[in-house]
Amino acid sequence: MRHIISLLVENEAGALSRISGLFSARGYNIESLTVATTEDQTLSRMTIITTGSDRIIEQITKQLNKLIDVVKLQDFTEGNFIEREMMFVKVKAEGDSQRGEVKRLSDIFRARIIDVTDTTFCIELTGSGDKLDAYIRAMHENNIIEVVRSGSMGILRGEKALTL
Amino acid sequence: MELSGSEIIIQFLKDEGVKHIFGYPGGAVLHIYDALQKQTDVEHILVRHEQGASHAADGYARATGKPGVCLVTSGPGATNAITGIATAYMDSIPLVVITGQVPSHVIGQDAFQEVDAVGISRPCVKHNFLVKDLKKLAETLKKAFYVATTGRPGPVVVDIPKDITAPHIKIPYEYPARVEMRSYNPNFNGHPRQIKRAVELMLGAKRPMVYTGGGVIMDNASQELREFVRKLGFPITQTLMGLGAFPGTDPQFIGMLGMHGTYEANMAMHECDVLICIGARFDDRITGVTSKFCPYAQIIHVDIDPASISKTINADIPIVGGARQVLSEMIKQIDKTDASVDQAALDNWWKTIKAWQKQDSFAYEKKAGLIQPQEAVEELYRVTKGEAYITSDVGQHQMYAAQFYPFDEPRRWINSGGLGTMGFGLPAAMGVKLAFPDKDVACVTGEGSIQMCLQELSTCLQYDLHVKIINLNNRYLGMVRQWQEFFYEKRYSHVYMDSLPDFVKLAEAYGHVGIQVDNPDDLHDAMQEAFKLKDRTVFLDIITDQEANVYPMISAGKAHNEMDISPLQQARQAALREKGELV
Repeated sequence: MRHIISLLVENEAGALSRISGLFSARGYNIESLTVATTEDQTLSRMTIITTGSDRIIEQITKQLNKLIDVVKLQDFTEGNFIEREMMFVKVKAEGDSQRGEVKRLSDIFRARIIDVTDTTFCIELTGSGDKLDAYIRAMHENNIIEVVRSGSMGILRGEKALTL
Repeated sequence: MELSGSEIIIQFLKDEGVKHIFGYPGGAVLHIYDALQKQTDVEHILVRHEQGASHAADGYARATGKPGVCLVTSGPGATNAITGIATAYMDSIPLVVITGQVPSHVIGQDAFQEVDAVGISRPCVKHNFLVKDLKKLAETLKKAFYVATTGRPGPVVVDIPKDITAPHIKIPYEYPARVEMRSYNPNFNGHPRQIKRAVELMLGAKRPMVYTGGGVIMDNASQELREFVRKLGFPITQTLMGLGAFPGTDPQFIGMLGMHGTYEANMAMHECDVLICIGARFDDRITGVTSKFCPYAQIIHVDIDPASISKTINADIPIVGGARQVLSEMIKQIDKTDASVDQAALDNWWKTIKAWQKQDSFAYEKKAGLIQPQEAVEELYRVTKGEAYITSDVGQHQMYAAQFYPFDEPRRWINSGGLGTMGFGLPAAMGVKLAFPDKDVACVTGEGSIQMCLQELSTCLQYDLHVKIINLNNRYLGMVRQWQEFFYEKRYSHVYMDSLPDFVKLAEAYGHVGIQVDNPDDLHDAMQEAFKLKDRTVFLDIITDQEANVYPMISAGKAHNEMDISPLQQARQAALREKGELV
């Protein structure tokens, strides 16, 4: 089963490699991993998407908790949370009909065109991973020049929060 | 007090109560070594290879319970120490390893003797640090000792670039008596409700079994364990790492369990209805095939490390806490509750276990003119009255030592259980001897293992570390040969130790005493002589039966009740069955 695990870690050199090293050493899957500092410069917030049986997920959370650099951790999967991913897509856009079609498709997905040339559009799209996948499917494969995805981020709904 | 980085390191070690460090100098640690020779409070032991330093510090830590400390240089100094660090990691031994690093401004430039010590050691340390700021040096060292010695202990590496230790840059120093780390809180107390549930379950047991490991020794919980087990009257088995926590000669102790454990311990594991595991981690050498592990048992698992619980074997009542605290609470709870042990069921259970014990599963056949490895260990036991500190290397001799030298006290049996590191025994024995110069310290080894850290014989001479090396010399890499005999139809591939050195002459070349013995009749005298020479290191080279095997044995994919027993025991079992004495 797919799990979304959110972590607060010490913002120190090596913290990321301890976490990624744990996954490779113990043979756990990582679907995506995002990390950046928070409003507190000493802390980084990390979101890991992973898959595994209940037993493996239990081990993953325990092993992550055991790392000295991990300050706090929560598996969001059981709770009420928001998950978003961001994507940039650069596509071919030549001639009125193709440019119009890409524009219409982007509007349907509430994507934004953020860069334009005579022959290309660069589009920004935010949403669940499924929505991003759907956009890519809807776009003619031949039109896509490049795709950049951020990996998912998560946050709890309501008043609950993962803070110190 | 204004001190340089090097002086801070030495002063900190002094303030931390460190008496001995094991190390080897080199370019990146020259400043530290200069500070080291200006004082006498911290004694430095110069090993002959950095692997020896980490093993010696490890042996010191296992025997004393204090953290072992090493000091090595950058690059090859750090990489050579890694095997010892990984050994300590697998057995949860507190080590602090200070590695020199190239100066900060050349890190990452492939400088001479540069290696990413933090990166290389990461998977085999509890934690590691790179010191980037002289002002944080003392605090970082304190954190290293704090992390290494608390919770589930383990090795910690502190990588210190050379410029941080420069003699001319001095800053104020104060010993940091305490540190706080928001991300590390190692103090778990067993949950009172879980402890209560566990006591209820064990008092209701018909066929209870206690199974303990290295965690009991680590947490200095032997007294509590003894009180607990004697109060209940339950049978107890221990892992290779746990031997000595409960007395090996006590009738309630039914022997080590696992791959080469006793018949009765493994059978009792298989048949028990409540298993009480304290400070052990259900290692694959213990469980046999996990799908058939303890099929009738409800399992109570006490461990300081939450990640050890339900990792391989699911726990019915998990208790996260230190062995000592949880055992004390359990004892109190047993005294408090109205329930009591089901004595009739327990008597029956003991009757079954005693029938299994009749099998005498370690029994072996003595042969005239040919020393059996088992009798060499038995002789060692007799001569040292079972009171020596025994270190071992890895292989058949390690199993024989565990089987035939019952330990009545904790921290006397020192071996590499998790990583299985050949070469561990001799340097570990040096660490033990340094800590306890008046005690008998013996390294039980084989002609394969001893050659992996042989150079430390030189260290033994320099520092008067008079250990006794008991070399069970069968001219084979015995454990590998045994597996090739059993599972590869005796196709012995690269296990014969040809061109062996003359160990007697070798010992003499290093300035020690060498004795060779090849006849069982001479074994007693030779052993006695070795231990009589109190102020000499003695290499006792014992020529043993080449094809002796370690029995009983649980092969891969087998369960506890599917042990292979020796041909001698098979005959004995058949005879007992005939008489109706075996169930």
